[in-house]
Amino acid sequence: MVIGLEIHAQLATKTKIFSAASTAFGAEPNTQACAIDLGLPGVLPVLNREAVHMATKFGLAIDAEVAHKSVFARKNYFYPDLPKGYQISQFELPIVGIGEIEIDLENGVTKMIGVTRAHLEEDAGKSLHEDYHGMSGIDLNRAGTPLLEIVSEPDIRSAAEAIAYAKKIHSLVQYLEICDGNMQEGSFRMDVNISLRPRGQEEYGTRAEIKNLNSFRFMEKAIAYEFDRQMYILEDGGKVVQETRLYDVDKGETRSMRSKEEANDYRYFPDPDLLPCVLDNEYIESVRKELPELPNEKKHRFITHLGLSAYDAGVLTGSRELATYFEAVAEAAGGENKLAANWVMGEFSAALNKDGVSLADSPVSAEMLGGMIRRISDNTISGKIAKQVFEAMWSGEGDADVVIEKGGLKQITDSGAIEAMIDEVIAANPAQAEQFRAGKEQLLGFFVGQVMKASKGQANPSQVNKILRDKLK
Amino acid sequence: MSLEKTDIEKIAHLARLAIDEAAIPGYAEDLSGILSLVEEMNAVDTDGVEPLAHPHDADQRLRDDLVTEENQREHLQQNAPQVDAGLFLVPKVIE
Repeated sequence: MVIGLEIHAQLATKTKIFSAASTAFGAEPNTQACAIDLGLPGVLPVLNREAVHMATKFGLAIDAEVAHKSVFARKNYFYPDLPKGYQISQFELPIVGIGEIEIDLENGVTKMIGVTRAHLEEDAGKSLHEDYHGMSGIDLNRAGTPLLEIVSEPDIRSAAEAIAYAKKIHSLVQYLEICDGNMQEGSFRMDVNISLRPRGQEEYGTRAEIKNLNSFRFMEKAIAYEFDRQMYILEDGGKVVQETRLYDVDKGETRSMRSKEEANDYRYFPDPDLLPCVLDNEYIESVRKELPELPNEKKHRFITHLGLSAYDAGVLTGSRELATYFEAVAEAAGGENKLAANWVMGEFSAALNKDGVSLADSPVSAEMLGGMIRRISDNTISGKIAKQVFEAMWSGEGDADVVIEKGGLKQITDSGAIEAMIDEVIAANPAQAEQFRAGKEQLLGFFVGQVMKASKGQANPSQVNKILRDKLK
Repeated sequence: MSLEKTDIEKIAHLARLAIDEAAIPGYAEDLSGILSLVEEMNAVDTDGVEPLAHPHDADQRLRDDLVTEENQREHLQQNAPQVDAGLFLVPKVIE
């Protein structure tokens, strides 16, 4: 299976790419569509500086050449949500040239995926097909929203790689703060080109393109469906038709979108309304200096400087927000990096998921979580009690020290007290003690459990283990 | 290069133009004439000449990212044959 992806990322500018109308999501229909967006006669598009800036950031982040001169072209087709009859895009001279992205696969394996190009273009409006007196309703608020279309090389060989690549780009554009990544609102949309070729064959097979996927899960399903569909055709000795297909979420299948006689014939030509976009070295270098630490750099730093595993570092750098939170936790935890990583990826992420809370709205701050981890590392509480403390912090009962104090959760490290409890437990279970002494070593777990229960989980587990062994000799 | 009837029909379709069957031979002749002119230009040796993106020798000016366009929906929709709930209405299109 050979896959290439085209990703459309809506750039997070305040205004359209060629007009000064707002791009804010969710406005009343057509209240953010000005004369330029409507394609009225006599208007002139003027390029948004910030859109160029954002595209430049992306190009530098993937080590691509940012074009000193890029050119806008008209891509001609008719559809009611494209009032001009053409989309302004870039064709022969895109703003971003060849680059590459490292993706993370299972078991810490990485792979480089080539990026062919990335170009600036305008988004179309929206067609609403609900029944408006047997007609379609057109909302042009989205028309003219800047898009960066990121085109990959056909380097992808499986659904898992496609998802890893798409997630990496999704994370990167958010790191760079050039796209909000909101897939429900359509800020990040993916087209997948898929073809099959028999093992050993050099040239690619005929491809089908699945357009407009807005979730990683649907993308995975669409690829699986399309693989089977093409496989059946080829095994029956048939030919795959080059066409655009749509993934039907309800039916879980792809279906043909445009009939063959209307095969795309876009007749690109340079847009006479726009001059070439020229960027000098000084500008490009100044943008390079603004780049934040990128996901891969951060990941490698987490591995080499913080001693995390490649897997943990990959998960924690999946989003800039999570990485920032983790670093704050690790710092507040006094360098207990591994423990901090476990808590952020484990209990903390699970709690966010369970309550459907975003990281920004988390009731447990990084300082609170880090402070609690300190109490684990200085033996004030055990890892088990920590879960109880975490839940209390999560439900707003204060920071770790307050919860520990109020709940009397301090770990029992007084050997005398632990010994007394152990004596009681052994006295209450003479038969098991006898069996243990006779060599049934696995009963140690039973005794540890009983002692922990008697201490309400507060006895220091390693001390319990040691003293139990001594007493049961 | 001489255009066939089918070429003319395809071009008209792409441009969403309804043309008279009877007018097709005339269009074919006119358009073929234009293509012959282009073919003459094709004969010129352009090796080493940088493609011209725009005849005007200048760079694109950039606009600051500030919202200055206000909502003019009422005004702009006076042009539209049919609107409803703020939407432009067009003949139904479904893919």
